[in-house]
Amino acid sequence: MSNALFALANPARFRKVGMPLLWVSSAASAALFAWGLWLALLASPADYLQQEAVRIMYIHVPAAWMALGTYSSLAFAALSFLIWRHTLAGLYIRAMAPVGAAFTAICLITGSIWGQPTWGTWWVWDARLTSVLVLFFLYAGIIALADAFENRERGLKAAAWLSLIGMVNLPVIKFSVDWWNTLHQPPSVSSFARMVEPAVDKSMLTPLLAMAGAYLFLFIALAVLRLESEIMSRRIESARMRRNHG
Amino acid sequence: MTKKQQRIYAIILVVTGIAVAAALTLFALRDNVTFFYTPSDIIGANAKNIVKDRPFRLGGLVMYGTVEQDGKRLRFIVTDNMEDIAVEYEGVVPALFREGQGVVAAGTLDESGLFRATTLMAKHDENYMPPEVAKALKEKGAPHGRVPEEYP
Repeated sequence: MSNALFALANPARFRKVGMPLLWVSSAASAALFAWGLWLALLASPADYLQQEAVRIMYIHVPAAWMALGTYSSLAFAALSFLIWRHTLAGLYIRAMAPVGAAFTAICLITGSIWGQPTWGTWWVWDARLTSVLVLFFLYAGIIALADAFENRERGLKAAAWLSLIGMVNLPVIKFSVDWWNTLHQPPSVSSFARMVEPAVDKSMLTPLLAMAGAYLFLFIALAVLRLESEIMSRRIESARMRRNHG
Repeated sequence: MTKKQQRIYAIILVVTGIAVAAALTLFALRDNVTFFYTPSDIIGANAKNIVKDRPFRLGGLVMYGTVEQDGKRLRFIVTDNMEDIAVEYEGVVPALFREGQGVVAAGTLDESGLFRATTLMAKHDENYMPPEVAKALKEKGAPHGRVPEEYP
């Protein structure tokens, strides 16, 4: 497993695997979005309590999962960059922090739109909402740090350290609704008990999982695409350096 | 120790240090991090030592059969199935407010033990289902699988 990952850490080898992966995951994402959005917005029932507002959940919940998932992947990349000095891992942090920030923004905005009709408020400072806002700021900090230094390597190193340190926030987000009283409800699907018996009816679980799949493949496609362009821009930069100095 | 080992130890040290600091901070601030208190945090044998003469948020279930609308004034009882507190509120009522549902009210507790709310928010739980399923569950005697039997 780690050998395969180490082999992929070579940019040239990455391109060979990356291009087919990009096409497959883009196609899968487009297909799942088409099916998932049709189910979520048109073909699934309204909720007994929230009525039509439940449809926001199909956009909101997978975005929240991906916001956390993307962050975990950043932290994993940060480890491999800081310990083994894998160049590709450093570039991954720079490439994917904006994607994670976008997932978090989608989660926060759709949550706010859902909160107004259901809770009766756009925003409250409860533990779940606040910790997700902190996640957004962590992403913003990583994006800023990666470009904050003249020396590119130093910027990546700083961004990697922040990614690692920010890991502390992930369990706080996940368990905030269990540890403290919050306005946000506890998990309906993503806990051990709920995986066995989800609190979401099957007619609503199918569109939710379809949308989650669509988001996941979108994440993979974006990762390949953005990593590829990071490699390219780095090559252009070093070619320019060679021309100017050599 | 090689350079790589040094880096690994540095990372372990920094990350555990920050995790412990964060855990201690959040634990020390747990009464502030909590978004609302339940009735048994406020009154009864297990009441927490919190300042009650300044505004706070009270949360729990709206007890069945206690909602009274008197002109603009709304009265109901909030319960956590251990203690109950009567709430009085005037203002916009969220669409999801109903008997048996979760609710969070912000306001102050007066000397008579009545909670005078200035803001009212409905709490949604983790259950999502179409109306037919909710109806079927109710007929089977398990209203959404969460309303306790003493409040049918």
